[in-house]
Amino acid sequence: MNPEMHAQPRLAPGCRLSELNRGPRMLQMPERALRLNGPSLEIVERCDGKHTVLQIISELQKIYSKAEPERVEKDILGYLALLREQGAIEFAAEDAAGQK
Amino acid sequence: MTTVNPTPLALIAELTHRCPLHCVYCSNPLELQSRGLELSTEAWSRVLREAADAGVLQVDFTGGEPLARRDLVELVRAARAAGLYVSLITSGLPLDERRLAELVNAGLDHLQLSFQGVQEDAASEIAGTLALQQKLQVVQWVRAHRIALTLNFVIHRQNLDRLEEMIALGESSGAGRLEFAHVQYYGWAFANRERLLPTRDQVDRSVRLLQQAEARLRGKVRVEYVVPDYYAKYPKACMGGWGRKLMLITPGGDVLPCHAAQIIPGLRFENVKNRPLQEIWDSSEAFQKFRGEEWMSDPCRSCDRRGQDFGGCRCQAFLLAGDAAVTDPVCTLTPKRQIVDAIVTAANDAPPAELPAKLDWLYRPNPS
Repeated sequence: MNPEMHAQPRLAPGCRLSELNRGPRMLQMPERALRLNGPSLEIVERCDGKHTVLQIISELQKIYSKAEPERVEKDILGYLALLREQGAIEFAAEDAAGQK
Repeated sequence: MTTVNPTPLALIAELTHRCPLHCVYCSNPLELQSRGLELSTEAWSRVLREAADAGVLQVDFTGGEPLARRDLVELVRAARAAGLYVSLITSGLPLDERRLAELVNAGLDHLQLSFQGVQEDAASEIAGTLALQQKLQVVQWVRAHRIALTLNFVIHRQNLDRLEEMIALGESSGAGRLEFAHVQYYGWAFANRERLLPTRDQVDRSVRLLQQAEARLRGKVRVEYVVPDYYAKYPKACMGGWGRKLMLITPGGDVLPCHAAQIIPGLRFENVKNRPLQEIWDSSEAFQKFRGEEWMSDPCRSCDRRGQDFGGCRCQAFLLAGDAAVTDPVCTLTPKRQIVDAIVTAANDAPPAELPAKLDWLYRPNPS
């Protein structure tokens, strides 16, 4: 299995969901903001350092039960890779996070 | 037909013009506003709410040195309460561990620390004071908190040959973001331009090094850089277009479309003490003046790039060509480009090594 499946992504320092009461939810970070729609918001909300990648996939497969499970998995892995490249998330190792 | 105004995304809040540094390229105007004119805590708190209501997502607290305001913790709290993402742009000089913790507890999201160089003597010549050791200490303090850290290096003729060391310092600092900003020539930098404008070789080399660093650090550290526009073929989309994305509020409450707009003759700026921010953004004369494309003349008017660079920078058009309404003279499509070419040629005829070691800088003072 992909070793990252048990990693627990969390938002990087200085990245957070917007707190404005209007407009679309945004993921805010230095000098940038990403607009979040349905699935992307559901993924980002689960980047809390507790959910493993595997758990995020299985929860979203339940929410989007009409979609192909493989497609959901592929989309989530792709989106997490994008967030990581943007410096928006970091992956805490499972054991390190478990010690908290 | 009614024109729908764009929504402002970010507010640059110049809290004060007071500063412990005296940088020779400071983006503050030559005419600095005194402490007595500065907006109160209450006025700023109201303005921050008005900004959020107008659509602003983030505020950059800057100055001068924003830490010179004793109420900075309160202002950070007010900005977070308004729903804004809060950045602090600082020299780091007046900071200590306790005040940093207070700022973080109040909701600070991001700290951007400016560097004038990597050697104490050279950096001090630019900033007019000793600073490097304190900045490195600030980096260590910030790393103890979960906030974003950007190191900002201002680069120019006098320090470009040490760019590798700056990149190495940034890389080892643990910062998530590195910004390398070539000096832009307005205000103090315009006055000191002859000593700051790099040679073409320096520029080419810096772009190569920064592209390599960007590729090498991708996914770990974000590397962003600004190319010096005198060496570019087309102008920059200054501020993302006039009155399109950003606004700046001066220490005294004047609302400007950019840092330098006050140099443009005949433009009147409104003040947050007299009018709601949304109205100033939507309909004040200064924001309407160069918004959209109506004001453009050729070559911009018929140019395919006009929706990309918005005609470049109005302040630069005024500074170099004497008319804020013409195409930015940086653009190779305008005959006025010869003004920039002459400046660039002069800069390349005097290689950096032949300049005297000690230069006669015009240092930015503190406001009275």
